[in-house]
Amino acid sequence: MRSDGSPSAPLGLKIAAACGLLFLHLPIFLIFVYAFTTEEKSFAWPPPGLTMQWFAVTWNRPDVWEALSLSVRVAAISTLVALVLGTLCAAAVSRTRFFGRETISLLVILPIALPGIITGIALRSAFSLAEIPFSFWTIVLGHATFCVVVVYNNAVARFRRTSGSMIEASMDLGADGFQTFRHVVLPNIATALLAGGMLAFALSFDEVIVTTFTAGQQQTLPIWMLEELIRPRQRPVTNVVAMVVVLVTLLPILVAYYLTRDGDQIAGSGK
Amino acid sequence: MTIVALNSKSASAILPRGGGVRGALSDLFWRKPKLLLLLMLLPPVLWLGIVYVGSLFALLLQSFFSIDEFSGLINRQFTLKTYGDLLQAANLDIILRTVTMAALVTFASAIIAFPIAYYAARYARGRWKALFYLGVMLPLWSSYLVKIYAWKLILAKEGILTWLLAKLHLLWLLDGWLSLPVVGGNSLSVSSTGTFIVFVYVWLPFMILPVQAALERVPGNLVEASSDLGASPGQTFRNVLFPLALPGIVAGSIFTFSLTLGDYIIPQIIGTSRLFIGQAVYSQQGTAGNIPLAAAFTVVPIVIMGLYLWGAKRMGAFDAL
Repeated sequence: MRSDGSPSAPLGLKIAAACGLLFLHLPIFLIFVYAFTTEEKSFAWPPPGLTMQWFAVTWNRPDVWEALSLSVRVAAISTLVALVLGTLCAAAVSRTRFFGRETISLLVILPIALPGIITGIALRSAFSLAEIPFSFWTIVLGHATFCVVVVYNNAVARFRRTSGSMIEASMDLGADGFQTFRHVVLPNIATALLAGGMLAFALSFDEVIVTTFTAGQQQTLPIWMLEELIRPRQRPVTNVVAMVVVLVTLLPILVAYYLTRDGDQIAGSGK
Repeated sequence: MTIVALNSKSASAILPRGGGVRGALSDLFWRKPKLLLLLMLLPPVLWLGIVYVGSLFALLLQSFFSIDEFSGLINRQFTLKTYGDLLQAANLDIILRTVTMAALVTFASAIIAFPIAYYAARYARGRWKALFYLGVMLPLWSSYLVKIYAWKLILAKEGILTWLLAKLHLLWLLDGWLSLPVVGGNSLSVSSTGTFIVFVYVWLPFMILPVQAALERVPGNLVEASSDLGASPGQTFRNVLFPLALPGIVAGSIFTFSLTLGDYIIPQIIGTSRLFIGQAVYSQQGTAGNIPLAAAFTVVPIVIMGLYLWGAKRMGAFDAL
């Protein structure tokens, strides 16, 4: 609590903060400009001219569509798995205290705390030891593992704010366990789960490090982009895809923010 | 909210016992909450415990195997030879380079993050607060590859940065910097400086959030009291703000340090041909086929982060997460 109203910040601090935010945002805006450039061979600035033609070219590229479709399917399934596992874990951890509770929290956070390359190579060597061929499901396996933590964080924060007496009241009024879950618990945690699911989707949609180890020959959209970054084939198409990816990931983040903003939890803090 | 739904069913004060399997299960869980807990924990623990921790152990195990240098086959016998290989000059060089980069990146992100976090925590209110929050959140969640790609555009020889410096008649500065050993190179996008900038950019939001969380908890009147007692802004920062923000900075540095240690894509796309730990792991397990050495290499960041986390825990950094 401050004693006076609203002191204004020193000029130096304002400038430093503004510069920091510009540093964070300008590079992303640049992507939008480059999507319209007529230059094909280099990254020349300023763009010699502006055109819409690359959108049409990208639209007609089957490899982009295949990669996009694989990414969406992987993200959808991983999000579902993460929603189930994360909610179960959060419910167990927040409702009761038991032996090994701290270990469970650590276990959930570990896949995101360790560098992605460790998760990736560990999964890959496990697949090769168990002689599991790379498939759609090996990608999902990796993604779901690190998506659990995002759902878990959101759900735990909401469970903490939901008072246990509501559940007891519901039981007192004669609802059985399933009815209580359906009519009391679920409506309370629904928005947190939706937000967690959105973030998990965005996380999986964008993941590249673990995916390079678990995908084999398949291309998700980030893998496609990585290929283009290392061995560029048609730069303007990459520009357009980059812009679309920014827009696609922006949306779930904004929605997740509006779903959880009045709570005290930070929706994205799990990444 | 559920009273309406339940009223229709509760004509009598005491409900008859729910029928069927569902009722029986419901009663069972009520009488034995431990069973419910077990059933709830089983799927996530099985998934994470077997799939994830199992794979980690399998990986660690392989670091104690060695590779036969002639046949290229993996010799499944316990040996410390692979860890010995890790200590070769070339590999030590890689480890040292990566740790130095991680430390520099952490330091730079702390400096850039502090003003943003401080302004957001102390001065921003209402709409501005939301704006600052989203202003950090959106870059954090934007696509990792797109962010790297954006910097490839910026740092390219024909890109916007060179253009801007030319307009400002400062090209000599860039050329001078690029002609330096170690940090320089042909253009910024193939120099260590470029790698450094991109690392700082990509991990900066991870530093801002915990520092802001730590600063939110500093009461404003503490800063005022300090200046009332005659401290200059510099003294207030050194003796009041900084010590209180330190756990947040340490918490943020866990992310920036760990993420830099394990990354292999940024130095591959923007940087020199000198390897980082992540790239070494990737090439050892891929083209070289030397899984034991790759596994031993992954142990390095795990050990460094273990020590780091231990130190951070002693400084109370986890409360700021």
